[in-house]
Amino acid sequence: MSARYSFAGDEFLFVELSEEMKLEAFFRSISITDRLRREAIDGVIEICPANASYQVRYDPDRIDGNQLKALLERFDTELAGNRQRTLHTRVIEVPVFYDDPWTRETLMRFRDRHQQPDATDLEYAARINGYDDTAAFIEAHSATPWFVSMVGFVAGLPFMYQMAPRERQIQVPKYLRPRTDTPRQTVGYGGCFSCIYSVRGAGGYQMFGITPMPIYDPAGAQPHIDASMIYFRPGDVVKFTPIDDARYEVLDAQAARGEFVPRVMPYVFDLDGYERDPIGYAARVKEVFA
Amino acid sequence: MSIEVLKPGLHTSIQDLGRVGHYHLGIPPSGAMDQMSLRAANLLVGNTPGAAALECALMGPELRFTEACRVAACGAEMVPKLDGERQPLNEAFIAPKGSVLSFDFVRAGARLYLAFGGGIDVPERLGSRSTYALGGLGGLDGRALRAGDRLALLPCSSRIPLRRLPEQWRPRFDAEHVLRVVPGLYEHRLSPAGRERFYAETWRVASEADRIGYRFKGDQPLEFVPREPPFGAGSDPSNIVDACYPIGSIQIPGGTEPIILHRDAVSGGGYATIATVISADMDLIGQLQPHRKVRFEAVDLPTALEARGEYRKRIAALERHFAPD
Repeated sequence: MSARYSFAGDEFLFVELSEEMKLEAFFRSISITDRLRREAIDGVIEICPANASYQVRYDPDRIDGNQLKALLERFDTELAGNRQRTLHTRVIEVPVFYDDPWTRETLMRFRDRHQQPDATDLEYAARINGYDDTAAFIEAHSATPWFVSMVGFVAGLPFMYQMAPRERQIQVPKYLRPRTDTPRQTVGYGGCFSCIYSVRGAGGYQMFGITPMPIYDPAGAQPHIDASMIYFRPGDVVKFTPIDDARYEVLDAQAARGEFVPRVMPYVFDLDGYERDPIGYAARVKEVFA
Repeated sequence: MSIEVLKPGLHTSIQDLGRVGHYHLGIPPSGAMDQMSLRAANLLVGNTPGAAALECALMGPELRFTEACRVAACGAEMVPKLDGERQPLNEAFIAPKGSVLSFDFVRAGARLYLAFGGGIDVPERLGSRSTYALGGLGGLDGRALRAGDRLALLPCSSRIPLRRLPEQWRPRFDAEHVLRVVPGLYEHRLSPAGRERFYAETWRVASEADRIGYRFKGDQPLEFVPREPPFGAGSDPSNIVDACYPIGSIQIPGGTEPIILHRDAVSGGGYATIATVISADMDLIGQLQPHRKVRFEAVDLPTALEARGEYRKRIAALERHFAPD
């Protein structure tokens, strides 16, 4: 796999590692950007890993762009034979109230922007992915773990990639035109990515449900979120657990009091182990909570 | 010392020079869109150039001062009035205790920077007082001003005389502007004809032009190269696997309306970016009103760096001009 380097104006260097989404490209992005962070190079301002690419913001008065590019090429080559194949990360349980009244109310207001105005987002996603009904689809969405492969768009929003063989991955197009409203903490879906909207606002992903778990904390009111204000990091592994309305009410009330405690376990993810047997591996990830 | 907000204006927010280092988690820099005008307004009232001030878009606020205050307004041509009496732009003046500051309609430009002696006192969040409204962070409760708000000021120690900003540091309001861009990123996704048209077209600023992004309207859609979508990218030829968006980068969703991301940018997404506005021209965008004409000019990286050097020299000269001797 070659990499494509592109200068974006005079302050950014953008690097595409793969045109298509694959875990291998994500691991490569994480390896290079981790290395760059550890080296603490003067003039490097922001290091942003993404799904299959990354971006570095730098101060050209302190480091020459071409020097930075040469450095990144060297890291990539050095890491190639010895690329990070394991990731010390954590598995996080995210409770989801699927087909909840809030996303349902919101999606009804934007049916004119949807591919199938007479169905809900869940019904549409279930149908085009070949599931019998929404229950079977929700089962599939919550059965496999997910990889946080990028954090961004708005503050703290995780993009999540499904741990499943490509032919089994859920794929859903985005809305035909983006909505102007999405409830906070909506669990959404677009392309091959799941996401959690960290703030209320515009959005184009299909809406499946809502989580009571706070993931962005500008007020500093949530003990499980540190001073960065943001809970997720690229490399986190997420396990969605369906909950009903009663459980949602309990957890949401806890969150409102700043007493929400997520279930989190440390975890070492092994890329080779996963690629040998994705289905078996994904099933074992969930056992950390057993 | 405080300032009462009687009317908030169209979109008035507290901004300083912005915050760095959090874009990888989706938190954009925020800060004044026209940084030179923010610096100038602050220096006129004796503040440090990066003190927190008000950025007022298109229609100014109405404010009442509970104590006498040193004030300066730079940027867009929106004439300030104290109890109805016209005051100079680009020149510090004293607002007496109890006076009400209001503004005429904007004659040119889009954003006025209103600095007060001492600077606005709101808590720093992640190293800045700037408002990031989408994320509810910074400024006053993470949002634009509302009627009834009260702004506290930091103590003002300045004894400098009331001074005027020389012409050379004021924004220019031409009928048509040229924005210099470095082509790249996913430019190859545009067809050769689409690329040519992008640079030949005279674009107009659309009404959807805010701190997140500036949208432009042209004559007809730009063509992308047809292709088999890569896995995870999405079906439209302008889609990519979601990636980072540089500040100043230009995307053209569906080929119809280019969007330049500015200081409250979304940090990433699934649309092909095709070029990036050079840092020296970013201030200019903040002063573009809807319907203004804009052309894009492709430049190489050395040209962008040279323009950056000149911009920084202008800042240094501005600070020297107002340095206490």
